[in-house]
Amino acid sequence: MSENILEVRDLVKHYPVTQGVVFKKTVGQVKAVDGVSFGLRAGETLGVVGESGCGKSTLARVLMNLEKPTAGSVEYKGQDISKLSGGALRRLRRQIQLVMQDPYTSLNPRMTVGDLLGEPFEIHPEVAPKGSRRAKVRELLDLVGLNPEHINRYPHQFSGGQRQRIGIARALALRPEIIVCDEPVSALDVSIQAQVMNLLEQLQGEFGLSYVFIAHDLSVVRHLSDRVAVMYLGKIVEIGTEDEIYERPTHPYTQALLSAVPVPDPMQRHNKAIIRLTGDVPSPISPPSGCRFRTRCWKAQDVCAEQVPLLEIRQGSDHPSACHFAEKREIVATHEV
Amino acid sequence: MSDILVSEQSAPGSGGSGRPSGRLLEVDDLRVEFRTRDGVAKVINGVTYHVDAGETLAVLGESGSGKSVTAQTIMGILDTPPGFVTGGQVRFHGKDMLGMSEEERRRIRGEGIAMIFQDALSALNPVFTVGFQIAEQFRVRRGMGRAEAKKRAIDMLDQVKIPNAKGRFNNYPHQFSGGMRQRAMIAMSLALDPEVLIADEPTTALDVTVQAQIMDLLAELQRERQMGMILITHDLGVVADVADRIAVMYAGRIVEEANVYDLYAKPAHPYTMGLIDSIPRMDEKGQQLRTIKGLPPNLMNIPPGCPFNPRCPMAQPVCREKVPPLLQVGTARASACHFAEELVNRV
Repeated sequence: MSENILEVRDLVKHYPVTQGVVFKKTVGQVKAVDGVSFGLRAGETLGVVGESGCGKSTLARVLMNLEKPTAGSVEYKGQDISKLSGGALRRLRRQIQLVMQDPYTSLNPRMTVGDLLGEPFEIHPEVAPKGSRRAKVRELLDLVGLNPEHINRYPHQFSGGQRQRIGIARALALRPEIIVCDEPVSALDVSIQAQVMNLLEQLQGEFGLSYVFIAHDLSVVRHLSDRVAVMYLGKIVEIGTEDEIYERPTHPYTQALLSAVPVPDPMQRHNKAIIRLTGDVPSPISPPSGCRFRTRCWKAQDVCAEQVPLLEIRQGSDHPSACHFAEKREIVATHEV
Repeated sequence: MSDILVSEQSAPGSGGSGRPSGRLLEVDDLRVEFRTRDGVAKVINGVTYHVDAGETLAVLGESGSGKSVTAQTIMGILDTPPGFVTGGQVRFHGKDMLGMSEEERRRIRGEGIAMIFQDALSALNPVFTVGFQIAEQFRVRRGMGRAEAKKRAIDMLDQVKIPNAKGRFNNYPHQFSGGMRQRAMIAMSLALDPEVLIADEPTTALDVTVQAQIMDLLAELQRERQMGMILITHDLGVVADVADRIAVMYAGRIVEEANVYDLYAKPAHPYTMGLIDSIPRMDEKGQQLRTIKGLPPNLMNIPPGCPFNPRCPMAQPVCREKVPPLLQVGTARASACHFAEELVNRV
């Protein structure tokens, strides 16, 4: 087994909620990420799923060192990335890159593709000497399945799927080891989505990349991930291999989430039991005491309000699950194809 | 007569056939184009479908396929200019709506046909309370007084299962969560008891657990009221769960129409087949994603022949020359492919 290339320990990111204009006072904290730990192994894809507001995008920002964590650490090969600065930080940035969700707003409309993809080389001139940059950019375009002749075009001359390919090429430019993908396919149509997913898989094989793949679409995550972490209100509630999460989920939230995904097969319309969650996700400013899912959970007991369930392997679960009453339940009838 | 209406898509510009058929809502050979500075985009190129009381027709397609523009034309909310209807009919109870006066159309909107939109936050008016926006309809259209209209509006909020409906009456849209806003919009569109509900991507912006709640609610309300429903979506999962019939759109045409079971079991058009093969499935392991190569066509310059031919793995010379009409294959389905028979009869 390969060792962890990225190690996240008890990561916390709170945003202050302020009141007043001149004399700002902090009246609360949005607990966007609240104690998250996991490891990313070299060459694997870790999927992170959860609904809107669960903190998955904040997690991406902290992993990228775009936000400083409130507490806890992110270690890349033993170095705490939030403590780096200057040249060391710049060298680190080469290794962790980001693919963003919206290919329409993440590319500067006034820059040509050649400039967009050449910019990383200006910040990191050691990667490609000045004379070779044009050729490098052409190579990148070819790599992601775009026509290298289009190097002088502007982003608006490309379709959504093509723009996402440009975004991926930009992330690849510096040959990073880790790419954080924040909802890379959710803005795309299905026929284009499959093309981009296949491209991500192919690039991973070619360059031995590690992905942190953040998405809300559970089918997409299963298709691409080796391991999966399920987030709810700033915490990981369950983490395990793709099989463990999809075939033997033990946390009630994971079970409810999986059961709500519509399966594209009308024959299964009547033989699947959907677990209906009532109500909405509570506010991350004042999450419920104890287990954060208890307000919507059908298994909740008194203990759930008193004790925070730890993310650990427990009786009834062969992988870490943060539920006092973790128990296997088959939700998805998986079959081999 | 079979369940499928067969259209002659190859005859551009012809008006609808105008035959009465006792259908609730029919779109007959509809053609719409957008005239812009850059040229004319042929957005709808002969779309024919119908919906009857109590049934759900899903209109499936990717962005730019014309599914929403068809709905906007039915509702009479197409932006003109740039959009112009250049042919065809939209019949409600057998009467062509496109020829009606604005006054007549207004009477149908809300009571005959109502619509819900994808983004509830921008569909609701931010400066009026949710309760007011629902009650307004009862006052304007039913001539009710303030107090009675309020009672009815609270009743509607109850029906869409908004907790504490009375207390929520005076809330503004921004005070509602995404799922609740969608519920409020459903309450608003159903207030006048329409016979047909058009739902344009009603759950696309929502999380899966909320999506399941909203789809349940829609199915339940439809059953109670025996409404016809047109569900516009790109999500093959949602469609499999709720639709009775499916019409698949591509480049402004219906390329396949079939009941939901036939369509998934044996698609009769290469585009449908490609779509089904390209979605990742949660219940399958070791699945290979097959892709549809290329991009959807530019609507200002649709390729001659079958619009799907540049992307089609089965394309033959005939596909580049002749537009395949939407013809019946087998008993109760239709496909606009020259090789539909072969596709259906394969083992």
